[in-house]
Amino acid sequence: MIYSFIFAFIVGGLICVIGQLLMDVGKLTPGHTLSILVVVGAVLDGFGLYEYLIDFAGAGATVPITSFGNSLTHGALAEAEKHGWIGVLTGMFEVTSSGISAAIVFGFIGALLFKPKGTID
Amino acid sequence: MNEQRYQTIEQQISPKPPVAMNMLKAFLVGGVICAIGQAISYFYIIFFDFTEQTAGNPTVATIIFIAMLLTGFGLYRKLGQFAGAGSAVPVSGFGNAVISAAIESRTEGFVLGVGSNMFKLAGSVILFGVVSAFFVALIKLILVTIGVVSW
Amino acid sequence: MVIVFERKPAILACAAVTGPLEKRSVFKSYFDSIMDDERFQENTNEKGQMVLVQEACQVLLKKADVKNLDIDYFLSGDLVNQMTPTSFAARELAVSFIGLFAACATAVSSVIIAGLLTELGASNFAIAGASSHHNATERQFRYPVDYGAQKPATAQWTVTAAGFALVGKYHEGMPYMAAATVGKVVDYGQENPLHMGGAMAPAAYSTITTHLKKRNQKISDYDVIFTGDLGKIGLKLLKAMLAEDGIKSEELDILRDGGDEYFGEDERFQAGASGAGCSASVFYSYVDLQMRTGRYKKVLLVATGALLSPLSYQQGETIPCIAHAVELTV
Repeated sequence: MIYSFIFAFIVGGLICVIGQLLMDVGKLTPGHTLSILVVVGAVLDGFGLYEYLIDFAGAGATVPITSFGNSLTHGALAEAEKHGWIGVLTGMFEVTSSGISAAIVFGFIGALLFKPKGTID
Repeated sequence: MNEQRYQTIEQQISPKPPVAMNMLKAFLVGGVICAIGQAISYFYIIFFDFTEQTAGNPTVATIIFIAMLLTGFGLYRKLGQFAGAGSAVPVSGFGNAVISAAIESRTEGFVLGVGSNMFKLAGSVILFGVVSAFFVALIKLILVTIGVVSW
Repeated sequence: MVIVFERKPAILACAAVTGPLEKRSVFKSYFDSIMDDERFQENTNEKGQMVLVQEACQVLLKKADVKNLDIDYFLSGDLVNQMTPTSFAARELAVSFIGLFAACATAVSSVIIAGLLTELGASNFAIAGASSHHNATERQFRYPVDYGAQKPATAQWTVTAAGFALVGKYHEGMPYMAAATVGKVVDYGQENPLHMGGAMAPAAYSTITTHLKKRNQKISDYDVIFTGDLGKIGLKLLKAMLAEDGIKSEELDILRDGGDEYFGEDERFQAGASGAGCSASVFYSYVDLQMRTGRYKKVLLVATGALLSPLSYQQGETIPCIAHAVELTV
């Protein structure tokens, strides 16, 4: 179990380092960086590789935004296998709904509870 | 002074991002967030009937909940300034993008403000995630259909 | 274009009001009032900024002992969409109003126009100045204030502040406007909206050198040349440009910048302060007082503005900039 934490830490940290390189060296905005990482996650799943990463690193692979691309592709592929062409569209959010629904719900609640504050400390 | 000469001077004088230090900070904070994610998923596996495969969903939701609290209290901004991609790349960063936009737009009401602007920053992630997943799945389906690869 | 004021329009009084965070400013003892609430007890940032403008105008009128009805013109602007905070504040002031947009350079462009109206005999009392509000400006130009994006060391902090000057007829012992330079738009191809100083320094350089040349002056003729919000890096760039022209470093010390000094050496503010309220609240409090107390006899106020919008940045345009200068003497 202790190893799973270490692997999660290392793999998750390394994905973030790639993001930092895209921002600092590639001079990309956070929006561009995250979009690229999502596409990378989707493509890796196309080759069936992201699953290995999840098996190895657990949350180190499921917590970074790359996993979002992975699970979208995963849903699309699973349904495509069952239903062919139509499944590509219908299956997409089968696996990923939790991230988006959580963000929407907590975004709404956050807007109810908080006010933006321009403080420095 | 012409434009080229100015750009040379500007390049010399403007501070460069401390790339090595930023990478180290991103690695540490990103790693810690993922390790916390690992702990949360164990929590769901041990105390609820989730498996290693399905624990990812409640873990992501929990992390986004924590991101909401940190965003609301103005802490995620400070974390972001310190960690850069270390706090932007994990899903908590996705949550922060949605939640900060929602909080900010509250003054324009829930329909015109929160509803319309929530995905102002995070929308591109959803767009490119969905579109790339669509094409990846489509290409794979074609390849399977013509018999190049199997599922 | 350099304007020489024959009738020497005077700066009769000045006022600066700021938000709570500006308590940390090195200039805080010069501000007339520092509010405790960043929204000024209003429910939106934009309305808060409107109250900020109103409050600063009221303080100004009180200091000058002038009534609302005696004001001929209100000339001002801010950074929010279509400048509603300023226009809404003008609704309450109920005087002839011209809204001006030159981004952060409005702090000086407004005073130049007030000087021209006074010169023309069209105005006895005109309020001129500018304001900015941190939360209102950040959300418009960059990200939501609670978004955790890493800002580079070149980024500047938009201040919540308003600064206004009451411009009127020449008055013995009051600082007066001797000349002014209306700047040209300068674009040296800078694209980074988180490096305003780098974009604006060439505009400041262009306006300062034009002013000195047309007026047949040297930098050392001034007690101080105060730029608005170039920030720490922008000021260095401006000095580097002037140094290339053979200006010596003792002379370069005459150049100071509001954004550079505003928050002292606090690194959390990165390259310093910015915003229309930054230059306005430094010029129309600190610099004005230094002139009244006789420390400075001749100053050049140079407010710089980056004429970008979120739209122009997203469409990949470079950042055109402008600087306006006014020469004050006492």
